[in-house]
Amino acid sequence: MNNIVVCIKQVPDTADVKINPETNTLVREGVKSIINPFDMYAIEEAVRLKEKTGAKTIVITMGPPQAEAALKEAISMGIDEAYLVSDRAFAGSDTLATSYTLANAIKKTGEFSVILCGKQASDGDTAQVGPGISTHLDIPQVTYVKKIEEFKDNTARVERMTEEGFEILEAPLPCLFTVVKEINEPRLPSLKGIMRSKSAKIKLLNAQELDIEADRLGLKGSPTQVVKIFSPERRKGGEIFNCAAEEAAEKLVNILKDSLH
Amino acid sequence: MMDYLLNEQQIMIRDLCKQVAEEKIAPVAAEYDKTEEFPWPIVKALAQADLFGVSIPEEYGGLGGGVLETCIATEELSKACGGITLCFAASYLGLDPILLFGTNEQKKKYLPDLAAGKKLAAFAVTEPAAGSDASAIQTTAKKKGDHYILNGTKHFITNGGDADIYVVIAMSDKTKGARGATAFIVEKGTKGFTFGKKEDKLGIRASSTRELIFTDCEVPKENILSREGMGFIVTMKTFDVSRPGVASQALGIAAGALEAAAKYSKERVQFGKPISSFQGIQWMLADMATEIEAARALIYSTARMIDAGVKNVSKESAMAKLFASDVAMKVTTDAVQIFGGYGYMKEYPAEKRMRDAKITQIYEGTNQIQRNIIALQLIKEMAK
Repeated sequence: MNNIVVCIKQVPDTADVKINPETNTLVREGVKSIINPFDMYAIEEAVRLKEKTGAKTIVITMGPPQAEAALKEAISMGIDEAYLVSDRAFAGSDTLATSYTLANAIKKTGEFSVILCGKQASDGDTAQVGPGISTHLDIPQVTYVKKIEEFKDNTARVERMTEEGFEILEAPLPCLFTVVKEINEPRLPSLKGIMRSKSAKIKLLNAQELDIEADRLGLKGSPTQVVKIFSPERRKGGEIFNCAAEEAAEKLVNILKDSLH
Repeated sequence: MMDYLLNEQQIMIRDLCKQVAEEKIAPVAAEYDKTEEFPWPIVKALAQADLFGVSIPEEYGGLGGGVLETCIATEELSKACGGITLCFAASYLGLDPILLFGTNEQKKKYLPDLAAGKKLAAFAVTEPAAGSDASAIQTTAKKKGDHYILNGTKHFITNGGDADIYVVIAMSDKTKGARGATAFIVEKGTKGFTFGKKEDKLGIRASSTRELIFTDCEVPKENILSREGMGFIVTMKTFDVSRPGVASQALGIAAGALEAAAKYSKERVQFGKPISSFQGIQWMLADMATEIEAARALIYSTARMIDAGVKNVSKESAMAKLFASDVAMKVTTDAVQIFGGYGYMKEYPAEKRMRDAKITQIYEGTNQIQRNIIALQLIKEMAK
């Protein structure tokens, strides 16, 4: 089996996220950075697949230099190799530019059989980068995977969560999976892993090293425009009409009419 | 906490154990205390984190640390649960005699699996009629060709039934008294080796305590640790290096109790103020913190002494165990007092720590035996 690649993102610890009420942006100062919690399941699954198949595991992230800490944590959990995709040219990337950049970076890491991503990041919550990567690489994707059953004849058999239950799907390799928390319980780092992560060399990939089109990067390559971010107002509690059905219906219609004006 | 000038690896062990304690052990401690099931999922998590190999040399798959590293780990884990941690610490007690007295072959055979946490170890000395008086051991080992035939019953054996590798002390020559005891490595599954009653205990309930029964159990002579007749030396030397571990378990239980009590005292409001604002509570907390720090200082110093290769450490080791376990009993009792009525209820973890602490004054030599050891050394030193 070829490499197993895990894509991760460093995010602010959701346990203490605050929003600046004036600018409506995340307050990042003094907030601890962690690996996106959903990506922890992707890392764990990669390590389990490695233990089962002997494949090499690679972790990759796009972000500022301090994202190296997230990569080292992945190594301490048992991932073999780490790549940091980092360049000023990548700043301001939306999910389209990010998935384009990451897809090209993944090509630089060697032949791969499986790409694993968390189902979404806890900061942006878009769930778009994983599927975006598979599209740019022109490989199949299965989202919301809750179990990787087996690999056979270059095909993966997986269970995918749906709102009603789950589907069993088969996909040819290489394939991208985004995983949900039901898939496993992430392990803690090991002592030997932590020691290895301290001396591990993180490979840096910048814009120049990727064969990519400059106008598809960063802010320039990002058609998404964030018009406004705001904390939603708290919904008021509903009102109960304690009266006959006809009267209640009339009251309701009037309220709805008024709200249109 | 006082700065003990720990090195990078020791800090790493401490931090990782803190994470294991908070994320894996604390959420399930009350449940295991109730069900008395053996905490295999936690044992697996500790194994995966390489924590079973902390004091095992690198050539046998360990991390090459010493007693101090084991103490740091035991303390940190015990803050969350002294019972679950015992499954871990008792495995070290079982492997210590192999580390100290094992031949290269024995070490190669047993230590890698123990370091990886694939197997657990246990140490079996105690018998129904041989507690503090270990010379009263009744289990016999009769030589027969290349084998020894073991007969007898050990009881109160921690990790009994769940461990795979046992170091068992048996009398190979009753006429020689203490010099007639021999230490054997006995593997689970050996013919004639079975398990008896599992104890229902006051505390450390996640840990298994069980009888070992030997009925014409054949053990090859290669499984002798050290030599025939060295059983008591093996036992005493093992306890010398393992007692700081028991002390660390006591220390961790106490430190966990203090942390919980201090936190509660800031939240609990009586007479319109948090009870932490009352001097009566403040002084209790101050005494608890001081005694805990003194215990830690004694344990760490003793552990460093052992790791530096000092020969006779019986006195210091006994002092660490005696002091830390007495501190644990006092601190956990005071913690219950600070929690007041809530402290007495099973819904809060305060009473559990008090139950868990008690055993540390009893096992691996009662605190009365520790005082005997200390006094004996004192008198010997004075005679010089």
